[in-house]
Amino acid sequence: MKLDKFCLVGAIAALLALIFPLAGMDADTGKQVAFVGDIPGLAIAMALCVIAGAAFTWLGVRSIYSGIVILAVGVFGCWQAIVTLYDYGVAGYAGTGFWLFIISLWAFVWRGIDVVANYRSLEKAKQQVANIIVPVAFGMWLLFAWEVLVAGFGVPQVLLPPPSMIGVRFVTSTDMMAADFYQTFVKAVLSGYVMGCGSAFIVAIAVDRVPFLKRGLLPLGNMVSALPIIGVAPIMVMWFGFDWQSKAAVIVIMTFFPMLVNTVTGLNAAGKLEKDLMATYASGYWSTLFRLRLPAAMPFVFNALKINSTLALIGAIVAEFFGTPIVGMGFRISTEVGRMNIDMVWAEIALAALAGTAFYGAVAYIERKATSWHPSFRVRRH
Amino acid sequence: MTLKEVVNNVAEMPASKNAVVDIKNLSLTFQTADGPVYALSEVDLTIDEGDFVSFIGPSGCGKTTLLRVIADLEKATGGDISINGVSPEQARENRAYGYVFQAPALLPWRSIERNVTLPLEIMELSKEERIKRAHDALKLVELNGFEKKFPWQLSGGMQQRASIARALSFDADLLLMDEPFGALDEIVRDHLNEQLLKLWARTNKTVAFVTHSIPEAVYLSSKIVVMSPRPGRIIDVIETDFPKDRTLDIRETPEFLEIAHRVREGLRAGHSNDE
Amino acid sequence: MMSGQAGPVTVVLIALLVLWYVGAVFMNAPTQIDRYNRADQTWTTSKLIEDTLAQERPILPAPHQVAQEMYKTIFATKITSKRSLVYHSWVTLSSTLLGFASGTLLGIILAVGIVHVTTLEKSLMPWVISSQTIPILAIAPMIIVVLGAIGIKGVIPKAVISTYLCFFPITISMVKGLRSPQVIQLDLMRTYNASKWQTFWQLRLPSAMPYLFASLKVAIAISLVGAIVGELPTGAQAGLGARLLAGSYYGQTIQIWSALLTAAFVAAIMVVIVGWFERRVLARMGVKA
Repeated sequence: MKLDKFCLVGAIAALLALIFPLAGMDADTGKQVAFVGDIPGLAIAMALCVIAGAAFTWLGVRSIYSGIVILAVGVFGCWQAIVTLYDYGVAGYAGTGFWLFIISLWAFVWRGIDVVANYRSLEKAKQQVANIIVPVAFGMWLLFAWEVLVAGFGVPQVLLPPPSMIGVRFVTSTDMMAADFYQTFVKAVLSGYVMGCGSAFIVAIAVDRVPFLKRGLLPLGNMVSALPIIGVAPIMVMWFGFDWQSKAAVIVIMTFFPMLVNTVTGLNAAGKLEKDLMATYASGYWSTLFRLRLPAAMPFVFNALKINSTLALIGAIVAEFFGTPIVGMGFRISTEVGRMNIDMVWAEIALAALAGTAFYGAVAYIERKATSWHPSFRVRRH
Repeated sequence: MTLKEVVNNVAEMPASKNAVVDIKNLSLTFQTADGPVYALSEVDLTIDEGDFVSFIGPSGCGKTTLLRVIADLEKATGGDISINGVSPEQARENRAYGYVFQAPALLPWRSIERNVTLPLEIMELSKEERIKRAHDALKLVELNGFEKKFPWQLSGGMQQRASIARALSFDADLLLMDEPFGALDEIVRDHLNEQLLKLWARTNKTVAFVTHSIPEAVYLSSKIVVMSPRPGRIIDVIETDFPKDRTLDIRETPEFLEIAHRVREGLRAGHSNDE
Repeated sequence: MMSGQAGPVTVVLIALLVLWYVGAVFMNAPTQIDRYNRADQTWTTSKLIEDTLAQERPILPAPHQVAQEMYKTIFATKITSKRSLVYHSWVTLSSTLLGFASGTLLGIILAVGIVHVTTLEKSLMPWVISSQTIPILAIAPMIIVVLGAIGIKGVIPKAVISTYLCFFPITISMVKGLRSPQVIQLDLMRTYNASKWQTFWQLRLPSAMPYLFASLKVAIAISLVGAIVGELPTGAQAGLGARLLAGSYYGQTIQIWSALLTAAFVAAIMVVIVGWFERRVLARMGVKA
């Protein structure tokens, strides 16, 4: 008979968690901080883990429903673990029992995710829900692990604050972060991005008409993308001052070459047959450009727009490390790091991550709408 | 009748009907790093109004190149060629012909209808006119109802039919087709051949058709041009007198087999010259 | 192919150099004229041009000034000296290479896991992909300071940033590469009853090589960027990033430009080296260049 390994580990770890001490000694009183017997919720969670683990070890995990039950047990356990940490003062004093319980929870959550990840349904909606649950559950688990590890071991907040603290900081400093966002993203990133991508697009169309320039610029453009262009930031700060203009200038330089190279490549992406076809219609340069070559170049152009959306944000933030007025995401990160307000730094990083993802997502959405004809949007993986 | 005589006879035949394509002593040499390649040499040919001319021969015999010269996609390096009495370049600027390529070459970002209206857009026709003509052309190839579909939603045969509709849409009198059905399977190909014949009978267009299939050439044509490679040249021109409304059945008739035999002999002769 | 590009590339480079000189003259002219006026000097155009190209702290230094500075700090200074750019380059390069190596290893391991374990693919891959859109460099100062606070200083924190930056592109393209074998090739391996490992070594890994090298070129470049940015928050101790920062503190534009160009050369050389390995490996695998 084949035993379900993860459930077995979960059950055994939970059983041991009931036996081993939950928390360490308090340095002052010399007593143990807490016992499982005093915390009914935790005791129930551990018992559930033992029972569910043992049951599924013997029965096997056969269907999506058993997966959901396992996940539910895991989620309940995670909740009780957090309660134990903060309401019963185990934070900083977690002992062997507590960590064994976390191992047990890991086994359950992983097994649960495993089941949902391998779930196959012909109903599109159900499959989509499953496809979303998996990464979300995984992400939540990572956050939980971060929280529990930091709180359980009592890691100093100046080193690594728990996610809950970062979340609180994020919510309570929205005014300041809104100002930072406006300065860095709206003023610097958007203007630099539009100028950089726009000018490169126009230059690319001009360069495309001169084969000599094209052959000279393309290899250079490819090379430039490998260079640490971000290093021009101090020069731009010197030239254009501390405010957003210097950041926009850095972004223009950073985004120019990817756009140039991609657009020029894209303009040559139209097939020979299609070009011949336009020739048989005696179609002129501009007509061919707008009807054939630009549409064919769109996937390349959007590729550059997506690359540049990330580059632009990086450029703005790093350029702010070299000098800025007293507002901006990069400024906030570098000053709060100096003051050891690490939770504020994390909140700002979360903001940057959100902004970056949203920006990229917006470009990708437009791409999907504009180039829905492209094979990459309908090919399914085998 | 020897080969030479056939060629001479054809060249000297009085132009009873109007010559749509008139080629005299045409040659085309590509300069490559490995020395010159003689793609076409001493080609003499007349295509009359209403003709269905097939070009057949092994690969490298210059049949596609000849078609491309007629379409002004390639420039001849010697000899004379005129389309409707003017140079190929002028003919192209007059939009004197529709060209169908080996592959459908539909633009993936345009719907079938918008693909068919593409040449009309370039010719700056009004929107209503474009829609009307696209509708008519799609009807000719039996693709009405697929206007709003995108190319990838159609089968290979349907895509090729759409590309034929595109070539028909601006109603040029000359249709140039470069192995249009080469990539399709036999059954689809038979069907499209039948449709093409019907279209030809109905519209009285002049068709120049490149193929490497002997039955296809014999079945479709009123005139078969047999070519041979290195240098690409015409070695035989065979006229057939099947009616315009012929059906697939003629492929079992003795006349059909006889002509097919002659084409095959011609191809073989061209080959032995080469080896 | 290269020979066809050499001419045009040279011409474009020369044009850039000329533009640079012209730009230097125009950008430095106002301060120079100002200086003449204050000293009540008369000046001619040729003198103006000559002086604008020889300022001590120009707004835009002339190419030959940067070249001189680079010659001085690269060849004419002992490499152990703190003024030597070779020393600073080595500081940056060591953490770049360390980060690159560990990032590559991590990236490949992660990709192998993602390709073989469905659960990992479904749970981890979305995060790896979306993390591409995050400005990860923003995290650099914090890593430096936090690791510094627990006593880890020097090469390691910068290498951590480089690792973090370069494992994402490697993971993504390796996943693509390991999945690149066609269905018939995978079916062929099935007909031989090949194990997962055999399929991996014989089919998946070789198919992934072109993808791996493409991403290695990206990774080495951003690994260098990571190391440079990692040198900013520590307050200008050593490394190319520190030279940039010090230059910007003291308005030493020539120093900034020479550090910048040196960084560019280092990046170019590393990409060329990876490209050389790529050609060797792919040639041995019979891939057409």
